[in-house]
Amino acid sequence: MLAYIVRRLLYALPILIGVNLLTFTLFFVVNTPDDMARMQLGIKRVTPEAIQKWKAERGYDQPLLYNEAAEGAGKVTRTIFFEKSVKLFVFDFGRADDGRDIGHEIKTRMGPSLAIAVPVFLLGLFVTVSFALVLAFFRATYLDFWGVVACVAMMSISSLFYIIGGQYLVSKIWHLVPISGYAGGLDAARFLILPVLISMVAGIGSSTRWYRTIFLEEIGKDYVRTARAKGLSEMAVLFRHVLKNAMIPILTGVVVVIPLLFMGSLLVESFFGIPGLGSYTIDAINAQDFAVVRAMVFIGSVLYIVGLLLTDLSYTLVDPRVRLQ
Amino acid sequence: MSLLRVEGLRTCLLSAAGIVRAVDDVSFDVEAGETFALLGESGCGKSMTALSLMRLLPDAGSIVGGQVLLDGRDLLALSEAEMRDVRGREMAMIFQEPATSLNPVLSVGRQIVEVLERHTPMQGTAARRRALELVDAVGIPDPARRLDEFPFQLSGGMKQRVMIAMALAGDPRLLIADEPTTALDVTIQAQVLGLLGQLQRDRNMGMLLISHDLGIVSQLAQRVGVMYAGELVEVAARGAFFASPKHPYTHKLFAALPRPERRGGTLETIPGSVPPLTTIFSGCRFAERCPRAWARCREEVPAWHVASDGHAVRCHLYDPEQAGESGRHRAAASVAPFSTDTGATSPPAGAPLLEVADLKMHFPIRKGVFQRVAGQVKAVDGVSLRLTLGRTLALVGESGCGKTTAGKAILQLLRPTGGSVRFEGEELTALPPARLRALRADMQIVFQDPYGSLDPRMRVGDIIEEGMAALDTASGRAARDRRIDELLERVGLSAGMRGRYPHEFSGGQRQRIAIARALAVAPRLLVCDEPTSALDVSVQAQILNLLKELQASLGLAYLFITHNIAVVEYLAHEIAVMYLGRIVERGTVEEILQDPKHPYTEALLSAVPRLDAEGQRPVIVLKGDMPSPANPPAGCHFHPRCPRVMPQCARAYPAETLLGGARSVRCFLYE
Amino acid sequence: MPIILWTDALVFLLIACGIGSGFYIGRREYLLASWRRVGESRAGMAALTVLAAFIVLGLLDSLHYRPRLEAVAGQPANGYSSEVRSALDALLLPLRSGTEKTYSAPLATHLYARETVELPDGTQARVFPRLRHGGAHLQDPVEEWARDVSWKVARGLAFAVLAGLTFAAIAVQAAALRWGVGWPAAWRRIRRGETQFAWNAVLATLAVLLLLGGPVAALAGGYHVFGTDKVGQDVLYLTLKSIRTGLVIGTITTLAMLPFAVALGIVAGYLGGWVDDVIQYLYTTLNSIPGVLLIAASVLMMQVVIDTHPDWFATSAQRADARLLALCFILGVTSWTGLCRLLRAETLKLRELDYVQAAQAFGASATGIMGRHILPNVMHIVLIAVVMDFSGLVLAEAVLSYIGIGVDPSTISFGTMINTARLELAREPVVWWSLVAAFAFMFVLVLAANLFSDAVRDAFDPRIAGRRIAATAQGQAA
Repeated sequence: MLAYIVRRLLYALPILIGVNLLTFTLFFVVNTPDDMARMQLGIKRVTPEAIQKWKAERGYDQPLLYNEAAEGAGKVTRTIFFEKSVKLFVFDFGRADDGRDIGHEIKTRMGPSLAIAVPVFLLGLFVTVSFALVLAFFRATYLDFWGVVACVAMMSISSLFYIIGGQYLVSKIWHLVPISGYAGGLDAARFLILPVLISMVAGIGSSTRWYRTIFLEEIGKDYVRTARAKGLSEMAVLFRHVLKNAMIPILTGVVVVIPLLFMGSLLVESFFGIPGLGSYTIDAINAQDFAVVRAMVFIGSVLYIVGLLLTDLSYTLVDPRVRLQ
Repeated sequence: MSLLRVEGLRTCLLSAAGIVRAVDDVSFDVEAGETFALLGESGCGKSMTALSLMRLLPDAGSIVGGQVLLDGRDLLALSEAEMRDVRGREMAMIFQEPATSLNPVLSVGRQIVEVLERHTPMQGTAARRRALELVDAVGIPDPARRLDEFPFQLSGGMKQRVMIAMALAGDPRLLIADEPTTALDVTIQAQVLGLLGQLQRDRNMGMLLISHDLGIVSQLAQRVGVMYAGELVEVAARGAFFASPKHPYTHKLFAALPRPERRGGTLETIPGSVPPLTTIFSGCRFAERCPRAWARCREEVPAWHVASDGHAVRCHLYDPEQAGESGRHRAAASVAPFSTDTGATSPPAGAPLLEVADLKMHFPIRKGVFQRVAGQVKAVDGVSLRLTLGRTLALVGESGCGKTTAGKAILQLLRPTGGSVRFEGEELTALPPARLRALRADMQIVFQDPYGSLDPRMRVGDIIEEGMAALDTASGRAARDRRIDELLERVGLSAGMRGRYPHEFSGGQRQRIAIARALAVAPRLLVCDEPTSALDVSVQAQILNLLKELQASLGLAYLFITHNIAVVEYLAHEIAVMYLGRIVERGTVEEILQDPKHPYTEALLSAVPRLDAEGQRPVIVLKGDMPSPANPPAGCHFHPRCPRVMPQCARAYPAETLLGGARSVRCFLYE
Repeated sequence: MPIILWTDALVFLLIACGIGSGFYIGRREYLLASWRRVGESRAGMAALTVLAAFIVLGLLDSLHYRPRLEAVAGQPANGYSSEVRSALDALLLPLRSGTEKTYSAPLATHLYARETVELPDGTQARVFPRLRHGGAHLQDPVEEWARDVSWKVARGLAFAVLAGLTFAAIAVQAAALRWGVGWPAAWRRIRRGETQFAWNAVLATLAVLLLLGGPVAALAGGYHVFGTDKVGQDVLYLTLKSIRTGLVIGTITTLAMLPFAVALGIVAGYLGGWVDDVIQYLYTTLNSIPGVLLIAASVLMMQVVIDTHPDWFATSAQRADARLLALCFILGVTSWTGLCRLLRAETLKLRELDYVQAAQAFGASATGIMGRHILPNVMHIVLIAVVMDFSGLVLAEAVLSYIGIGVDPSTISFGTMINTARLELAREPVVWWSLVAAFAFMFVLVLAANLFSDAVRDAFDPRIAGRRIAATAQGQAA
């Protein structure tokens, strides 16, 4: 088990290096810092001095990979690649365009993001799995048919509609909760309840349908027939036999996103003015703050890799056949 | 009153092709303490009958008529909740595939305890104690440990034993066994059949055995019912049934069985195939394929005719009112000619076409952080063979013994990790790919699964042409087209079928196409990897006949990989018996079948169920399962299961002992 | 002067591919059989009818040209406008050119905002002024509006009924000829769904489309049916123009990623070894970056490229088109991994199948086997993935454009429409029509795509096909 984890972590390293090289290429090779400066300062005649100043402010005034001018190790370390990409590995993200420390921002914004993402994740999982079980139990009846129709309809609606429509209805027409904003402590619940509900509802359609497919696939297997041949009731078959087997494919899709909950939700956070990492990312994208986007890309891939590892580990909980080595 | 009485049972399945009348007016009785066997080929409705009794039909199926009386109570009239009390309690069922029939994520004990808690007052530790007894009773060694294991940790035979323990947990009065050993190896099959017979006797259970295998039926059943196309056509006590089968279909089934005494000749086959059950029949369902059918058979559904000993048959031949006429038909057809041209099929052994020496195929097992090679799966570990033109060498062994791997390694489909393979003196293992390609036309392969061996997206003509195009054996479009037509005719299909897709053909026809594909490049060596084990007996006979005929006319050499001893007896000249990667005994077919030397060969041969129960040698039931090739036992691989084990067997692997001629054995008994 | 934008070219390429595969399928019975099963699906065919209507609009919008400049007195007319228009623009000329000052409600005759006007008596007043185009033909809106609208609706409905009957007549005539029965019998069979192909679903959907479209078309002549937006553009025009963007994103993206996904997936699965390791590494790396962020980073960088090279593009439409195309490719690059992984897994399974081994026994080359045996046997997965991805991509475009990393702001799309209208619900009084129109059209498009893809999946996925038969069978039994 430990050997397995160690090996997986070793495998993760080349992936992170790949992600790093990719972002480096994207941010510094496809477009030179000069290009970016010109674009940010306005395409029209910008003076070379202004460009130089812009680059210096952000630490982009160094060579990309190899610094001829520097001494010793500095030839390698005093470069954009080392300063901006390699340092990500020690979670040193540098400063955003507004001068704030990105690492600090991420730490403070993680809380509000989790406050939305975790309830959405747990509630959503519970609700969709329950719905899917109900549909699977009543398979090939009208309830199942219309349930699936409802799922398809719900997954055909844009998530923007859920957010805009929900906000309009609940906050503006019914005045049940504040339209947007955030407060610390218990007060937060007032602000969180609507975004949580909306995110959950937006995900019901596709998840329910997906889980229903998994359940039906399991119900068609031989061991279910054996269970029925024992004289078990349909409920016992569903909960004792099918559910446990279905957890294996369900976990594949579910566990991998758990670490990514830290990243928050882009749309919901920005609509509801919640100061989480999602809205941070959106603001950075809109402000074209490349340092922040780069940091988020790196964190995202780290979390994804952790998710993959967790997925594999979670199999050992539900599938006795899996022995990690 | 019978334990089970089935009266006019009708079951329909809805499919894309229409309504399938899978079970059509089937009636039979099973007495307490009796084994009644339903015998029939695939698709005749026997499994559907069993599932109908349990009311466990698939979603598309429904019972549309009849009665199922268990102790006089009509099961079909029960509510679903009442039926659940019957399932597992009064009647239990074991299924064909133990591998998929157990829940993979629940422990074995849990799955047995579940039945106990559902149907008996036993709960908790009491139920667990009882489960332990049951697991012990079905002969699972070390039951306390096994109870907490999961299905994937058990071998196929063990899983089927668990299924049996589960079925027995509710102490049922009727046990339905649906092809209980079809997925198992011969020696394991012998174990399980022995167990089933013994349990049935001890508990005085009624048993409904469903099987396609005449041998198994003969071994277990007291009475037999033959099903054909959804209905029963013959019911008789075992003795009468095997002594004088009456229905022409039953006759044919017997005649199609490969047997040693039929070696020289061709097997009888049944022309055509089972009619689709969507058909509405107007006469006898077998009439189209029956050699004795006359006009009446196509017009009038035959009635049951019961002889004095209770031997019932559904055939106009036995209609007493037609005694004169049917007698004539009976007489005309009772001549079953066997041609006996033994000379042509076994040419003298000449220079070897294929010489395999010390062939090894090892697969590495990787472990740890850096995936170091921690061991080897020795799938093939030092196999030596010789094969000459016009001869058939049967490589016999149970699943997992490495025989298929050996076949692929010989053809260089897998590159062997050691040893040598010489084809006409040329060493294949070291051959560069280009040179090897040129030789590929000389050696071809026919696979087991007729459904997986043809690309579903290609037309039959293109499938056969593939080899010719790849190896460029026939130049020019026109020449190839001619050859394709020729080949199709040669394997008993028609040239007009070349534009069709594989799914339009039956299993037997597909296997013919696969043979035509291999023949297209005019090979001299044909590796046949279980080419008939997925086919019904009557279809198997067709393919065996074809193979035999092709060998006689084209002088092919066959390396015939199989676990089916009956086929070997019929077809092979020489036999090599394989156990856990090594050949334990070699010799001509007569030598080995008449006088097996190696204890494994002996057990293997004795485990094959024979038709004539009286002539059956005593079955040598082997202990346990075949060990894993990743971790073979020290010394002789067979010694932990060997009934004649000696102290030195555990110390070293016995060397090859030559017994004269081509005969050799690896066993300390003969050193 | 006709002009072919990059995305137009790819759309035409796609159509050529479609026609080509039509011929390919027509010669292969097993594919035809699957497509026939698609044709049997009522929901699928109804959805396809809707999609076809969208596709026709999208194609009209893909025939681009630059209008010839009006001859100015004394000079020969030899210049072309720098504005790129499409055939759809020409059809919708009154809608496109009929801009108002600002918001107006659907079918309104007056503006939605008060303006200060000078009354004839010299005093000033804050009133809702008349629209320049919407209902401009009415003398007295208060009196005539209701009558005029109902008259136009009636005319539209009459036209719809007429067109619908024509279609039905053609279908019935064709059916009657085919089966050699009379009209009433043919009609009965179509209506009761006794046909193989779900003709009744197609005709019913067509009827609904015509009954909705007829009145809208009739009204559009005199009114802004869906109102106007902040700068006075007709919302109906905007929604119709958005369709092409959605379709392009949904299809070109897939087209762009297919070669990668298919080739890499099959090669990785079949060859194994280090090739497999490299390809797996590639897609795990790409996959590990959260999709939105990778898209955001790529789009930001692409924007810099486009912005720093203004000289590459002759017209603004071409620049917007380049950005749309780049977005498609970026979405493609970030979304091929899923399909690649599926294909790799399937190839691993196929590789072990006997017919592949038989081909190896003939010494067939690896490329030959991959092309002849593996590819045709994974095509159903590719097809299912393509149709299933479509709806997701249309939805993604809206979200991305909303965030600001989608299409060019000058490209009309559902996303840009929602983006510009996002604050309108917060206005007092509420302006709801832009959002509702955009969401409704997008919903219909995505729903149709989802239903159609379900039908395709049911017909092509062997596992689901079996279950479907069981389910319908049970339906019949019940």
